[in-house]
Amino acid sequence: MMIEARGLVRTFKTKRGPVQAVQGVDLDVADGEIVGFLGPNGAGKTTTLRMLATLITPTSGTATVAGCDLAKDPVGVRRGIGYVPQSGSTLPEAIAGDEVVDHARLYGVPKAKAAADGQRLFEELDLPGLWRRQCKTLSGGQRRRLDIVMGLIHEPKLIFLDEPTTGLDPQARANLWDHIRGLRDRGATIFLTTHYLDEADALCDRILVIDHGKIVASGTPEALKQQVSGDAVRLSLADAAQAPAASKIVRELDGAVEVETDGDVVGFRIPRGGSVLPGLLRSIDAEGIELHGVEVHRPTLDDVFLTMTGRSLRDEKSSAPAAADEKQEAMA
Amino acid sequence: MTVLRETWIVFHRAMRLSLRNPMWSILMLSQPLMYLFLFGPLLKPITAQISQGATTNAYQVFIPGLIVQLGMFGAMFVGFGLIAEYRAGVIEADRVTPASRIALMAGRVLRDVVVLVAQSVLLLLAALPLGLRAPWGGVLVSLVIVALLGATFASLSYSVALITKSEDALAPLLNGIAMPLLLLSGILLPMQIGPTWLQRLSDISPLKHVVNGVRALFRGEIGSSSSLWGLFWVVLLTVIGLAVGARTFRKESA
Repeated sequence: MMIEARGLVRTFKTKRGPVQAVQGVDLDVADGEIVGFLGPNGAGKTTTLRMLATLITPTSGTATVAGCDLAKDPVGVRRGIGYVPQSGSTLPEAIAGDEVVDHARLYGVPKAKAAADGQRLFEELDLPGLWRRQCKTLSGGQRRRLDIVMGLIHEPKLIFLDEPTTGLDPQARANLWDHIRGLRDRGATIFLTTHYLDEADALCDRILVIDHGKIVASGTPEALKQQVSGDAVRLSLADAAQAPAASKIVRELDGAVEVETDGDVVGFRIPRGGSVLPGLLRSIDAEGIELHGVEVHRPTLDDVFLTMTGRSLRDEKSSAPAAADEKQEAMA
Repeated sequence: MTVLRETWIVFHRAMRLSLRNPMWSILMLSQPLMYLFLFGPLLKPITAQISQGATTNAYQVFIPGLIVQLGMFGAMFVGFGLIAEYRAGVIEADRVTPASRIALMAGRVLRDVVVLVAQSVLLLLAALPLGLRAPWGGVLVSLVIVALLGATFASLSYSVALITKSEDALAPLLNGIAMPLLLLSGILLPMQIGPTWLQRLSDISPLKHVVNGVRALFRGEIGSSSSLWGLFWVVLLTVIGLAVGARTFRKESA
């Protein structure tokens, strides 16, 4: 196991009293996995990551990270991990290559090796010719990749990435995903946080869904989606008056759940929606109900989140106060 | 020793950044230079009174105050640089390395000390054509005092910066401390020429004793009680400053 955490709790003191940002997190990450921590802002993702990376002390709980005990041997943990923070890791005025070499030397890497490894990583991470450039002259995507070089320079076996693609354009994101997969192919274990569903879906072998400081679900993206009961089907009717009749037909289908009518739309969930559809359409036609359209949606991780928490991940307003606390903590 | 090696790495990085952008160091030096050229000449006519007949050289009285001021103010505002590094994520990146927390502070403090001593030497050289005369030994010990003062104020500034993490909190706090220290330390004029109540009040400021010590050293009184008291106070301040700084760096890194 690369990470083994039990009962991690972190409480922050705020002006409104103590806030439990992380409320008893257990997690296991095996060697060579890409594991994603998925949750809305303020769910406790960054706080958990910072605890595992020795940046803040857990209020209670234990963890072994990269083979070392978090409480007894934080220096050992630091040696084994690379941490790519959300906030960047280089000074705008500094020269990119200098920052990389100095960072490596703090890990005890000799200067010449640090420079050689750093330049090789610049090539691998698509930063050719930028070794002597001032950090502030790099684009957003380039700076993110520079941060990743900083996190990789001492060849850690475990890499933490905090919201790696936040603020990047779609092309830069897709590009970074390729690089992250590349890291795993070289044998590293990756633990990342994200609030993007597509990112977790595209990148992770396994996902831990976190909400209000607790892990509410975990599994492969596919397994999580299967926990949601079936595909979402929406029937758009030509006449809203026919909705009750259509709803009646749908309710008689085997396995149909969450049948809801909203004006001229009848929605429901059913396993293998695509194969049920032909029969359903015939029955609807036989009743003389006219359809405008039919949609079938495979479950998404957002559906998973909705099923687990009763809220949509996209609906971030509900968690805004907690997000403020996490931000406050990120500063502390 | 690893701590020393790590301190050197942090120092080297900080020094390189200071040399790449020397404007800040030059600006910090311009203030005492302005005092030297625009305020110093005013002291000449009253030299006899303020030095109580011990010397007739105004700059022997004035320069010690200026280099103490440089040591104090030059180092006091280094916290702003640390906040900039914090915002850029550099402090966090430093903290995830296995490097000693003490080294992360000590390397930066060392850079500040080197910059301050260089500025002080430039200031002394600028004062030579104006008529500054002082014995070598006294000047060397004075530079050590400036270095220690710089280390003290730099560590304290870094501590406050790391705790507040905000320029908006740091600026009024530092100004609030700097003004009374400046006025009560006899940096511009010796406190001896003031009324008794002001002299007693100024006795509270350890910096007054440091300034008096440096003035004694500039007169060549290396073993005098004034210079020994000055040394005593500056060493005590340094121990306190570094201890506070080290504690903050350890604690704030968890």
